[in-house]
Amino acid sequence: MKARVHVMLKNGVLDPQGAAVRHALGSLGFDGVEGVRQGKVIELDLAETDHAKAEAQVTEMCEKLLANTVIESYSVEIA
Amino acid sequence: MRAAVVVFPGSNCDRDLAVALKEAGADVQMVWHKDTSLPEGIDFVGVPGGFSFGDYLRCGAIAAQSPICRSVVDFANKGGYVFGVCNGFQILAETGLLPGALLRNAGLKYICRQVPLTVQTTDSAFTQNYTQGQSITVPIAHHDGNYNADADTVARLQGEDRVAFTYGDNPNGSVADIAGILSENRRVLGMMPHPERAADENHGGTDGTALFRALVDTVVSA
Repeated sequence: MKARVHVMLKNGVLDPQGAAVRHALGSLGFDGVEGVRQGKVIELDLAETDHAKAEAQVTEMCEKLLANTVIESYSVEIA
Repeated sequence: MRAAVVVFPGSNCDRDLAVALKEAGADVQMVWHKDTSLPEGIDFVGVPGGFSFGDYLRCGAIAAQSPICRSVVDFANKGGYVFGVCNGFQILAETGLLPGALLRNAGLKYICRQVPLTVQTTDSAFTQNYTQGQSITVPIAHHDGNYNADADTVARLQGEDRVAFTYGDNPNGSVADIAGILSENRRVLGMMPHPERAADENHGGTDGTALFRALVDTVVSA
């Protein structure tokens, strides 16, 4: 099965890249963009076929490697 | 003093660090990231700057999971001296040996220049040869040196006198101008600036020399 992990900087952690994107959107004339946060998406192909086990595995992967929970939050989707 | 310098794919300050340690009187061995243990009798481990594993995922994240890093963490937990410079600091933060994390520079640009640092504590094997409040000039060369930690962590670091160096003119957005921090037992130092690049007359400055001499003196006399 496939898993998709979204990793984002935690709320309250300044995201300079998001701020730069927001600024660039403003200079293109897109007014009214009040905030931009930039994160990453990681897709995994898993041999596991059990939904709950897959979710548990990917959560452990996030805790150990895919996210740095000091500064990042993550969410896991299993499909 | 017997020192080991870890080499990852993408390390590029490993030899500079080895030379600075040798000049200070250390016996230096290079250790490859796939090695599963440190050489016998090692007193000190240096984790060098560079772009380990291409900075993929996050700076230092992959290196922190390498076989040698498990040994480095064990070594530090047993009271060993560990020094991470630049990417080495990022790696030590990723292993959890040091608190916080290094984010993209606030100005989004890679910065390579000499910066003034203020020595905030002389209470460590690394900083004892400086004077409290001394200003030293050391180069930085990084894209992700913006030190970040929550307010409680920063307050704890400051309260426990664990901020080793601050920037005189904060170049990257680091919280509380933090350039380098110590572990709770004061034997692990991580810093973004490169003292090993200020350790020879030909570097244009030698303000980093005192750090390596202090370290060698401490470990030899210990």
